[in-house]
Amino acid sequence: MGTRKGAFVLTSDARRRDWAVSGPHFGGWEVYHVNGSPADPDRLWASASGGWFGQLIQRSDDGGRTWRQVDHDFTYDGGVGEHLWYDGTPRPWEFKRIWHLEPSRTDPDTVWAGAEDAALFKSTDGGQKWVEMTGLRTHATAPGWAPGAGGLCLHTILLHPTDPARMYAAISAAGAFRSDDAGVTWTPINRGLVSEGIPDPDAEVGHCVHRLAMHPSRPDTLFMQKHWDVMRTDDAGGQWREISGDLPTDFGFPVAVHAHEPETVYVVPITSDHQHWVMDGRLRVYRSRTGGGEWEPLTAGLPQQDCYVNVLRDAMAVDTLDECGVYFGTSGGQVYASADSGDSWRAIVRDLPAVLSVEVQVIP
Amino acid sequence: MIRVVLPPHLRTLAATGREVQVEVAGTVTQRGVLDAVEERYPMLRGTMRDRRTGQRRPLVRFFACEEDLSNESPDAPLPDRVVTGEEPFLVVGAMAGG
Repeated sequence: MGTRKGAFVLTSDARRRDWAVSGPHFGGWEVYHVNGSPADPDRLWASASGGWFGQLIQRSDDGGRTWRQVDHDFTYDGGVGEHLWYDGTPRPWEFKRIWHLEPSRTDPDTVWAGAEDAALFKSTDGGQKWVEMTGLRTHATAPGWAPGAGGLCLHTILLHPTDPARMYAAISAAGAFRSDDAGVTWTPINRGLVSEGIPDPDAEVGHCVHRLAMHPSRPDTLFMQKHWDVMRTDDAGGQWREISGDLPTDFGFPVAVHAHEPETVYVVPITSDHQHWVMDGRLRVYRSRTGGGEWEPLTAGLPQQDCYVNVLRDAMAVDTLDECGVYFGTSGGQVYASADSGDSWRAIVRDLPAVLSVEVQVIP
Repeated sequence: MIRVVLPPHLRTLAATGREVQVEVAGTVTQRGVLDAVEERYPMLRGTMRDRRTGQRRPLVRFFACEEDLSNESPDAPLPDRVVTGEEPFLVVGAMAGG
């Protein structure tokens, strides 16, 4: 888990009732993301940054017990170029931090990194060197990208489960993109998105996409939590359709897919774009078992009064045990876990710093 | 021998104590001291100043002899008492935020 003031590693057995907490690792640093390698569960990556001393990348080769600093030189390759600033003026690209680390599914030494200002980096040598995949930042539409309130951040990277050439990325507030040549070139995939906050609501780019999720058995189906609207595509981003359905509000940040049921989707609706807390003081995860449209609130074990937390875009994850576990962390420092696909929840830790990200590994 | 006091986060990264000592040949300047610190502790590259431009990070300050040298030229000679080791060169995380 990444928090505003360091990383924590929580461990349990398959029952997922009793949890041990270790940390803080990198205490005092903002840890936007910690993620494990699917190819080597002992290989973990962490992005730690701060306003004072910049960006670090930490790597563990023993499941988070010990860490060592690897390279943290994220220099944009070639001409820096300009994007739009909040006031509509051009502004040079400037590296601020790494939001998301996505390890290769097959190679423990290969990892992708999503940056603010939006750019995609890759290391193929265990983090000894980072190389920018410039095709995204230099896309023809990039001079017109403008930051969302959280910055011009590349926050989501999805890797196709079997085709190493295909991957997806999402940027606030540029939108979603797909590559079919392993990240060299990129195509905007935003058809069907409608955003009232931009001059042309159905523009090719400019949408504040908050998160994408994919089930590995259906790599052409993506779910999206947009600034407002929950969306779905079944043709790899060729066309999106809204699946907000009967949600009480369709503003939110995370979206996740059940590990074994590709039509079971989770979101955490937030009151609005200017009230970043759950509705009516009640912390409710919403689950659809129909691929969207019809949603049910999941409340058992979650606070149902006087709760005003948020759940950020990278702060929800699922495990792959037979009975799928679902996890999320809040801006109030609680981490909730469900060992029954969301039917019931327990706080497995309550008083951490604000949670920025949650990832889950099942250790064989 | 130049004495350099590091802020706590950088001590942790460099796995060192509060103060480190470096040798700087010729005229002792802010740039020369930081180059020497980064040479000895490469994990600190990019944490005090931009790797490419050498520009001080906005929330990092440089003090010595009760003076704020943050906005001095990086190539200006440092005070004699820093050069002689009588006083340390302080790298400070600025007071900011909560």
